Amino acid sequence: MERRVVFPGWLFPVLLLGPQLAVTFVFFFWPAGQAILQSVQRGDAFGLSTRFVGLENFAAVVGDPFYLASVEITAVFSLAVAVLALASGLLFAVMADKVVRGAAFYKTVLLLPYAVAPAIAGVLWLFLFNPSVGVVGAALRRAGVDWNYLLNGRQALLLVILAAAWKQISYNFLFFLAGLQAIPKTLVEAAAIDGASAIRRFWRIVFPLLAPTSFFLLVVNIVYAFFDTFGIIHNVTQGGPARATEILVYKVWYDGVVGLDLGGSAAQSVILMAIVIALTAIQFRFIERRVHYA
Amino acid sequence: MVSAGKSAWIPHAVLLLGLALVVFPVYVAFVASSLPLQDILDAPMTLVPGPDLLANYRDALALGTAGTNGQPVAAMMLNSLVMALAIAIGKIAISLPSAYAVVFFRFPLRRLCFWAIFVTLMLPVEVRIIPTYKIAADLGLIDTYPGLVLPLIASATATLLFRQFFLTIPDELVEAAKIDGAGPWRFLIHMVIPLSRTNIAALFVILFIYGWNQYLWPLLVTNTPAMTTIVIGIRQMIGNGDAQTAWHLVMATALLALLPPIAVVLAMQRWFVKGLIEPEK
Repeated sequence: MERRVVFPGWLFPVLLLGPQLAVTFVFFFWPAGQAILQSVQRGDAFGLSTRFVGLENFAAVVGDPFYLASVEITAVFSLAVAVLALASGLLFAVMADKVVRGAAFYKTVLLLPYAVAPAIAGVLWLFLFNPSVGVVGAALRRAGVDWNYLLNGRQALLLVILAAAWKQISYNFLFFLAGLQAIPKTLVEAAAIDGASAIRRFWRIVFPLLAPTSFFLLVVNIVYAFFDTFGIIHNVTQGGPARATEILVYKVWYDGVVGLDLGGSAAQSVILMAIVIALTAIQFRFIERRVHYA
Repeated sequence: MVSAGKSAWIPHAVLLLGLALVVFPVYVAFVASSLPLQDILDAPMTLVPGPDLLANYRDALALGTAGTNGQPVAAMMLNSLVMALAIAIGKIAISLPSAYAVVFFRFPLRRLCFWAIFVTLMLPVEVRIIPTYKIAADLGLIDTYPGLVLPLIASATATLLFRQFFLTIPDELVEAAKIDGAGPWRFLIHMVIPLSRTNIAALFVILFIYGWNQYLWPLLVTNTPAMTTIVIGIRQMIGNGDAQTAWHLVMATALLALLPPIAVVLAMQRWFVKGLIEPEK
């Protein structure tokens, strides 16, 4: 889409664009280029020289069993976070769409986790589930559950999934609620007059009309689980125990900053970039289609 | 009207459950922040607020803990505030003019400029952290506010939102301005910016929260205690999560870290919801 009426001249718009282009080049294109460059180089042990090694870094990354384990953990983690956060967001939105009294209050409280930093959400859940001092953790132990996420990898993964999904419920709730309110009431009423039960009305009419919103949210939630959850992992489990919660973005950071393996970390970065670009491309294709039919 | 009949209580019950899910973790943190440390360590802790609320917050704000090298939480909050405001204002200040340039002018390489900015949408800072760190180090930006802020404003979200809005400004308005002899600068200042007020407010809320809640980049680019933000500082306070952890102060700090963004959302809820949902439509 373009404007018909515009102003003449080129110097003024170039000056207006200048700051953003400068920041974008220095802090986006340059580092992205560096990441790609580093991913095909390897430094010597003293950091004095680097040499071109082609795709060796990528081969090393893909051949690393820890990396493959991290891919699997990331897949489980992000799918679980997305499904949990989407399902509860949808449930609360459907219910909030039905109530009249108190609707504004419910909505306000349910959107609060959006404002909480992932790292802080992690701290809140860590404190609840701490095996020695946590309210829930201690209760679980008293009930005979051998709860200790500091030693048990599955429990650690479960805990970071819960914390990450909690934080994302608000976002999904808001979008589902907006989607529900856009559905013409007459459609649902007509089905009710034809004798369709409430459950049938939901699955046959409401849910299909929400499909575009759901798909959009699925992509957003997966991107969130991939990248924004670093603070949760770093606070709650540090990738442990025994790498059980080491998601890809945590591994990029750990291998690069703690392990000082720049080439390997850069190769991992480039793979992550490819994943994000693919996800974004899927999302844009879908948005275009939605605009087309709207 | 589809009548709910006898089951009208079900939505309320489910929503109350949702409320409990949202509020419970925060409430437990609040209670812990009002207790003496020993009451927390003698698990299970009570769920009734204790007597030390003010003392704990005073200690956290003024003294910090051993884990933060004596850096008080008040100083961390100030760092977070500077970072969040600079990111919100900075991003709006660079993206409103660039969206204006892309929409209201025709000049060579205009499409290329737009795509160069647009492509940043795809790659969050998390995937290019180490090279960005090296560049920040080369430019002497480690442990500085510009180092904290600049890499995070290199993103196109705000530009896209403004562009979308500018495309809806009627051509007649531009023509009228031209007939009145107003140039592009006056049109920007007297027309476009006042018309964009709600969009600016909505973006401000979203970007303030985004800035305040940043984690990975501040973790990398700040090393001295004096530059620590509150979201980072809390990790240092927890340490290993063992008996050494001053949980009462950690929880007071957690509350202090989540209150400012929550206050901003509550105060500007209408614009925030609009700003979040509309760009996706």
